Amino acid sequence: MSSKDRVLGRIRRALRDAAPEGEIPRDYLPVHGVRTPAARVDLLAAHLAEYRAVVHRTHEEALPALLTRLLDARGARSVLVPPGLPPHWLPAGGPTRVPDRAESTPYELDLVDSVVTGCALAVAETGTIVLDGGPDQGRRRITLIPDHHVCVIRVPDQVVDSVPQALPLLDPARPLTWISGPSATSDIELDRVEGVHGPRTLEVVLMGTQ
Amino acid sequence: MTGTYLGMPAMPATPRMPAVPATPEVPSFPEAAREAVRDGVLRANLRHATHTIRDKRARAVAELADWDRLRAAGRAVKDHTLRHLDRYLLQLEEAVTAAGGTVHWAADADEANRIVTDLVRATGEREVVKVKSMATQEIGLNEALEAAGIAAYETDLAELIVQLGHDRPSHILVPAIHRNRAEIRDVFRTEMGRWGRPAPGSLGDDPRELAEAARLHLREKFLRAKVAVSGANFMVAETGTMVVLESEGNGRMCLTLPETLISVVGIEKVVPTFRDLEIFLQTLPRSSTAERMNPYTTMWTGTMKGDGPTAFHLVLLDNGRTDTLADETGRQALRCIRCSACLNVCPVYERAGGHAYGSVYPGPIGAILSPQLRGTARAIDASLPYASTLCGACYEVCPVAIDIPEVLVHLRERVAQGGPATRAGIRVTLRPADGHTAERAAMRAARLLLDHPGALRAGERLLARARRLAPRRLPGAGRAWTDSRELPTVPPESFRDWWAARERSTPR
Ligand code: SF4
Repeated sequence: MSSKDRVLGRIRRALRDAAPEGEIPRDYLPVHGVRTPAARVDLLAAHLAEYRAVVHRTHEEALPALLTRLLDARGARSVLVPPGLPPHWLPAGGPTRVPDRAESTPYELDLVDSVVTGCALAVAETGTIVLDGGPDQGRRRITLIPDHHVCVIRVPDQVVDSVPQALPLLDPARPLTWISGPSATSDIELDRVEGVHGPRTLEVVLMGTQ
Repeated sequence: MTGTYLGMPAMPATPRMPAVPATPEVPSFPEAAREAVRDGVLRANLRHATHTIRDKRARAVAELADWDRLRAAGRAVKDHTLRHLDRYLLQLEEAVTAAGGTVHWAADADEANRIVTDLVRATGEREVVKVKSMATQEIGLNEALEAAGIAAYETDLAELIVQLGHDRPSHILVPAIHRNRAEIRDVFRTEMGRWGRPAPGSLGDDPRELAEAARLHLREKFLRAKVAVSGANFMVAETGTMVVLESEGNGRMCLTLPETLISVVGIEKVVPTFRDLEIFLQTLPRSSTAERMNPYTTMWTGTMKGDGPTAFHLVLLDNGRTDTLADETGRQALRCIRCSACLNVCPVYERAGGHAYGSVYPGPIGAILSPQLRGTARAIDASLPYASTLCGACYEVCPVAIDIPEVLVHLRERVAQGGPATRAGIRVTLRPADGHTAERAAMRAARLLLDHPGALRAGERLLARARRLAPRRLPGAGRAWTDSRELPTVPPESFRDWWAARERSTPR
């Protein structure tokens, strides 16, 4: 008998006299509070900042200047760029652009200073950005290995209130990375330290339209 | 098996029963705990940690007006899944396979270890990086890999501290909580160099410095790793999606950089639909780290061309879970999402420390899970159901509403009175422990609590709760040893008064 059959057989025997279960109550709240789009973005900003992400606000025309300033301030000499990042976001003449390629080794990516991406959506109540590997986000590892991640969120369109609102908008067939603040640990006497293995600095740009 | 096993409910000798494992005898809970309560550093660290997390958690939970409803829904989803576990596991297997993964089934620890070892061998690699996983600790995977000449590196900071310190984890969430910063510095200084990049000679004990040393030490391993081993917090039957919640990014490193990813996951971790995650992604972080959301959650479905591992193996682990499922009262322990909230509120855990539970599952959940996964043949497992004041705090905080006190009392009854149980899929009838050993297990646990006044407040809370629970269970549980002795069944007087009276009349 295969182990699969053995385990399934044990399960079936174990449940032989189990009562049929009741309905799953779904009366929990789809969202915690009623917000205007602006209030939703404010809440996202507040929650991101609380977990030590650096939050900036701008509009599309001013984005290139802001990104240039953020990369300059880090002294970034190279920046990873996902294939579908709008080209005008990063003006020419800035740090060397490193394309997101399947062949790059982790060692090569480790030499890159910063990464700029978009996102799939953001969740205000939890202060979370979700990446789904879309063209403006690239492979999972490019937002993991460099020490500085700048993520641009289109507000208010890409912001939802809550986790229950976020899930139906996501495709589970794609790799999903939920990011709530930079990497952190509390393993040493519960003192929170930002940045262990992921990017130690997460900058979030809330980009509105004007 | 002899009468020297404390609280041993001897099992009838049938030729089909698996032998009692030839592991060295672990001290029973009260014996192990006695050591821990003498250790001042350990207790101070633990107290600080549990109280800090506990208070933060309460605030994080209070933010959600629908917490009780989320809790009820989480419970119901888990119960529903368990009720149809065969169906959902098959659905999961199909979905994972369709997405390019390979599913393996492991009936016990040995089989799971063998599967993982063979998979690693097939890659030709001699080392793996590991994401913190209770399931792989439960089966002793690191030791099995080591025996096969494969080095397994833990990459969670706390697990790294535990591994480098040749230590055992003592908390589900913060496994090195029993260590303070100076101890951690010493471990890093002496051990890191033996396994890779050494700690800087000037390493101080500031958490920032320590984290940086770990970052550099581990980065070397992440960048070259070809094989990773993980667990998972959830598996979605409908889509085949695996979910790992973490904070440091070591999980993301292991889950996305290597070429081969092997996940060892208990069969109870499956949930039916992607939508069900909306419940647990709200309740788990708040119950666990007291955050609205943990810094990183990774979800993957099979393999993705050009992004992440090219081979994904899922090892579905039974190892006593189906035996637990067979117990009508005890099966609720399988709802556990390993948040650790019950540890942080437990007065017994706070005094005794995680090591006293003799298992990777410490605290209240360990007290009900270990004796079910492993059976109650060993002294430690027979005494665990007594490692509680039944104060009920664990039940109050549990995000999936596991009635831990109810299961504890049920298991006490099993230890004391014997009765039907399932071991390795076979129905057996446990013989009652003889009155004397059962009493000893119980009395030593009680003495532990009462020797240490901090636990007394909890003892007082026991009264209110025990009365509520008692009529159904306690008299039965107690009967095996109370009937012939002077002990009252359920204390009509307070536990403290009863104890005081007993102390006066019983020489220590
Ligand atoms: S039993 Fe409940 S409170 Fe304890 S770890 Fe499991 S889910 Fe959390």
